[in-house]
Amino acid sequence: MDGLAGVTLHVVSGKGGTGKTTVAAALALALARQGRQVLLTEVEGRQGIAQLFDTAPLPYEERRVATGAGGGEVYALAVDPEAALLEYLEMFYNLRRAGSALKKLGAIDFATTIAPGLRDVLLSGKVMEAATRARRGGGRIYDAVVLDAPPTGRIARFLNVNSEVVGLARMGPVRQQAESVMNVLRSRQTAVHMVTLLEEMPVQETIDAVRELTKDDLPVGAVFVNMVRDPLLPTGDIEPAATGAIDRDELLRGLKRAGLDAADPMVTGLAAEATAHAGRVLLEQRERAELAMLKRPMVELPLLPDGADMAGLYELAGVLDEELAT
Amino acid sequence: MTPPYDVDALLDDAQIIVCCGAGGVGKTTTAASLALRAAERGRKVCVLTIDPARRLAQSMGLTELDNTPRAVAGIDEAKGGSLDAMMLDMKRTFDDIVLAHSDPQRARQILANPFYVSLSSSFAGTQEYMAMEKLGQLKAEGRWDLIVVDTPPSRSALDFLDAPQRLGRFLDGRMIRLLLAPAKAGGRAYMKVFTVGLSVFTNVLTRILGAQALKDLSLFVASLETMFGGFRERAEHTYRLLKEPGTSFLVVAVPERDALREAAYFVERLSTEQMPLATMVLNRVHRSSYPALSTERSLAAAEALEEAEDSPLTAAVLRIHADTMRAADRDARMARSFTGAHPSVPVVHVGAQAADVHDLDGLRQIAEELTAG
Repeated sequence: MDGLAGVTLHVVSGKGGTGKTTVAAALALALARQGRQVLLTEVEGRQGIAQLFDTAPLPYEERRVATGAGGGEVYALAVDPEAALLEYLEMFYNLRRAGSALKKLGAIDFATTIAPGLRDVLLSGKVMEAATRARRGGGRIYDAVVLDAPPTGRIARFLNVNSEVVGLARMGPVRQQAESVMNVLRSRQTAVHMVTLLEEMPVQETIDAVRELTKDDLPVGAVFVNMVRDPLLPTGDIEPAATGAIDRDELLRGLKRAGLDAADPMVTGLAAEATAHAGRVLLEQRERAELAMLKRPMVELPLLPDGADMAGLYELAGVLDEELAT
Repeated sequence: MTPPYDVDALLDDAQIIVCCGAGGVGKTTTAASLALRAAERGRKVCVLTIDPARRLAQSMGLTELDNTPRAVAGIDEAKGGSLDAMMLDMKRTFDDIVLAHSDPQRARQILANPFYVSLSSSFAGTQEYMAMEKLGQLKAEGRWDLIVVDTPPSRSALDFLDAPQRLGRFLDGRMIRLLLAPAKAGGRAYMKVFTVGLSVFTNVLTRILGAQALKDLSLFVASLETMFGGFRERAEHTYRLLKEPGTSFLVVAVPERDALREAAYFVERLSTEQMPLATMVLNRVHRSSYPALSTERSLAAAEALEEAEDSPLTAAVLRIHADTMRAADRDARMARSFTGAHPSVPVVHVGAQAADVHDLDGLRQIAEELTAG
């Protein structure tokens, strides 16, 4: 994929149900195959990474979940806002003790669940800390950080929350911190990838999100088209099948030729399924054309017949590995 | 097997139906279909949607966000029913509360405060509070027999239920009293009360936020104090409303692991809260139109044709059938795993649609499936 060479922070978003966690994990595995040290993070408290890698829930700690050929490794981290706040207070203000006092007051609870956007500031701040660690020292140093980010509907707001903070806090350390986060997010180090399906709502949300991100000067990366199925019908048969004008006589002849005890109900049943399939193929073609108008690199990932298990995850990683190499 | 659930009976009797579930499972479409069906069965219905897809919104004539229910055109009103629909405008609902509960000068101050602007438009959870608030308002108007609510696309389906308690925790906490202190007392008088806690607290906040932002925040909380009190009462009232006999919950899911896990959490939570779960709606269920032909025989026949280089159309159709059967098997397995764990919860299946719903006829079709039993 051209244009992704210098990217060290991969933000992966997508509408719910499009498989963004799976794609984020596959991308991390693909990067590790190239010998890189990768951190895969999630920020929504869903423990999606642990479920995918079939391990116990992740603590607030970087844990190795996979190794790639060539010495690459994938570490995983589930960012918890409360732990991130305490860590943040300690790291920047040397206020660990104040942290426990604040906890007693309910201030931590306030900051992480109630306060406007603070939760997102903490989450994005922690991800940024891991992504830029090389320069600060302390902790494991990664070549790339992959973030399983909030869904398309919230992604621009999530990434932009730090510029909102800049608006709220006119001076002081929070403002400086927020400004430096925004600088990295808006640089070529960052790419915001979108995961979508070839269906109307996910495609529409992808287009809307790309528009919002562009407006906020956030760098849009690739569009990952997930769960792509091969069209099974011969090209010339798609249009007729979609309108229900499938050649029933030919179908009946073929079924008999194949040794099946075919009669009208079988032809009708199978033709109905072919019509549904053809309709979907045509819809997918339209949606693909819509996405192409975004003029972003598009990567198609196959539908995994058995769902996103470990074998499927490695299959997707293989596809992405090849894409990254080109 | 649980007996088929009578959705029409629910539509004829319920006063509030809450549709909940993970994001992307078709909650809004389900809510809209049920509301339309109830209206055409003769009830006066209002559907409150949170974030509908553009085309679905257009199909109900919801072209603008104006935060008031509007009559949906094209409804069959022969049985005396009607359908109003509205899209929740979170910020506007919040602004309206401010305007209704404070004098004009104070309202202006609040609306202009940078923390208010941020809170009302981006506060994680504001949508849940506002959906709750709006539901209470609509109910209080008394214009409708039935209100169908589509819950916000939360990170977790449970956020909707947790909103009032979270607000209560916030209002009762020492935190808010600390934030109020500087604005209320002014000077140093308040220091006597909260000496230790407050000095740590303001010290930290000043270091992190800067003095000006702390002042803004404190003023903001002070100005909201009175309003929040009433707000909490109303949120709690609405919460109680959700426990009353006229209310039913529908848990919406699709036959996928994540969505079913969310659904299971919700089912368990509703039972703990003693809130009435009517049924689960399982959307996008794949079905075969000819299950008598097995996956294996279908694939073997396709291979035979491909080998003989005869009828590529038939071979393709047989492969499509095999795929359809596999998808149907997988979905049935998913549904069984849910039912196995929650045998008392009825499940209504809705088939996978080729395309999204764009018009009232599409909604009617879905409602047909929902009520087919």
